[in-house]
Amino acid sequence: MKDTANPLQLELPGLKMKNPIMPASGCFAFGKEYGALYDLYMLGAIVLKAATREARFGNPTPRVAETPSGMLNAIGLQNPGVDAIIREELPRLSALNTPIIANIAGTTVEDYVATASRLSDTNIVSALELNISCPNVKEGGIQFGTDPRIAATLTEKVKTVSKVPVYVKLSPNVTDIVAMAKAVEAAGADGLSMINTLLGMRIDLKTMKPILANKTGGLSGPAIKPVAIRMIYEVSQAVTIPIIGMGGIQSADDVIEFMLAGASAVAIGTANFIDPLICPKIIETLPEKLAAYGVKHISELIGRSWKS
Amino acid sequence: MQKENMLVTLNREIAKQIYEMRLSGNLVEEIRAPGQFVHLQPGYHCGTLLRRPFSIASVDEAQRELTLIYRAEGAGTKKMAEIPVGADVDVLGPLGNGFPLDACKPSEKALLVGGGVGVAPLFELSKQLKRKGVKVTHVFGFSDKSVMYYEEAFRTLGPTYLATVDGSAGTKGFVTDLIQSIEPEYDAMFACGPMPMLRALETYAEDKPVYLSLEERMGCGIGACYACVLHTADDPDGASYRKVCTDGPVFKVGEVVLG
Repeated sequence: MKDTANPLQLELPGLKMKNPIMPASGCFAFGKEYGALYDLYMLGAIVLKAATREARFGNPTPRVAETPSGMLNAIGLQNPGVDAIIREELPRLSALNTPIIANIAGTTVEDYVATASRLSDTNIVSALELNISCPNVKEGGIQFGTDPRIAATLTEKVKTVSKVPVYVKLSPNVTDIVAMAKAVEAAGADGLSMINTLLGMRIDLKTMKPILANKTGGLSGPAIKPVAIRMIYEVSQAVTIPIIGMGGIQSADDVIEFMLAGASAVAIGTANFIDPLICPKIIETLPEKLAAYGVKHISELIGRSWKS
Repeated sequence: MQKENMLVTLNREIAKQIYEMRLSGNLVEEIRAPGQFVHLQPGYHCGTLLRRPFSIASVDEAQRELTLIYRAEGAGTKKMAEIPVGADVDVLGPLGNGFPLDACKPSEKALLVGGGVGVAPLFELSKQLKRKGVKVTHVFGFSDKSVMYYEEAFRTLGPTYLATVDGSAGTKGFVTDLIQSIEPEYDAMFACGPMPMLRALETYAEDKPVYLSLEERMGCGIGACYACVLHTADDPDGASYRKVCTDGPVFKVGEVVLG
């Protein structure tokens, strides 16, 4: 039931949210740093940095580079491994009373299944987000995100072990994202996250070599917002499962635009680096923005750009 | 740490392409050690997206002001040079851990080694070491005379030796050449500058502690994005790490593998 007193409240599979705002995976680590700046309870949900079966150091530095209205990153899924995350990060997060979404990455189906199983067994994680779209890991990950059959098989396997809903995070680096979305929906995905970063590169004019040590990186920030809007607009009309939208959101107006395109909730990524208080700021601004556009409850926005 | 719109009270060129910017605000009260940095978002003035890290060159607690030294070289810093006095700049800080003042007892000797804009954080360090009674010697390197700054100010704090790559001021060569020729005595070394200089100084650490302030491209500046990560020296191929932003930017030689 909708809480008429809170025009931002929403419910997605596994997620009872005070508002549609969550920090995006990889931009918020495990919450400790931003938790020192504001009360994480106010967030709609928190998406954790990707967990892998074993600890990963990630790529050499430089790992980031600025681009016009955006940034490239090639962190390389650095994380302490799923067991350390469960032991050292989750207990602190369980006390927050905010839904936690664990992002999972791997290089083999077995990796994903093992990591998903461990995290969904904790009773602390409300949903899983399958990262099949990290462009920065050479030995795997990306092929799960570019071939609909492989993505569907992976989704199916993870669904058989997961006790919580599974969202699949889609890559924009494909010819037909609608085909990817339909394939994972048919395989049992409970929701979609989109879009991950776009593969890009910058070259240093002095050294005449790529700036990033990994050479290529994932482009994020406002530069990719129109791509995300277009893809969410197309996919939301082709599937019935909800979409968590992301890609360059910086303001309450951006949130509204994503939801009009067809997102049911949104994630904020790069904008956290520019303004560490951006999530609470957007949450605070949203009610007055909704009122200004004559919207009583935020759910009225979902897909309104294409609904007749 | 806080995010504050600080007031620009000074922004001037002090050497070729080298600028001094003074900022006034409350976060100055939170600065704990020389070598800490601020993450500045000049975007409102110059259309760039990300913040940029700058080490704090000096602090004036009474005036609630901090001073930054920067080289106007990239798109962001070139525009930064045009920010007028009286404007506001969005600053996150103070961030990171600075140089450990307790590495030298009063009357002991400190050697401060700097290169280029890396000389900047050594100014506040030198002032605080001297205030404590530590005898400070400076050895600085620049590409040439036109980009040198703060020479007289450093001379009032202790002996100051200079090297330039082209020989236009001081000794011709690098700071390492200078150290070899003057053979300064010291109980601890503190350094900030380009990576080749820091790598060369690593070898001096065998019998005396050496502290290096490192620079790395950063995203968030607060430890969340994992952009500025280095391997630890005791596990150079493994998963253990230090973040330059929150574990550094100052590290004791032997703690991390220089990038």
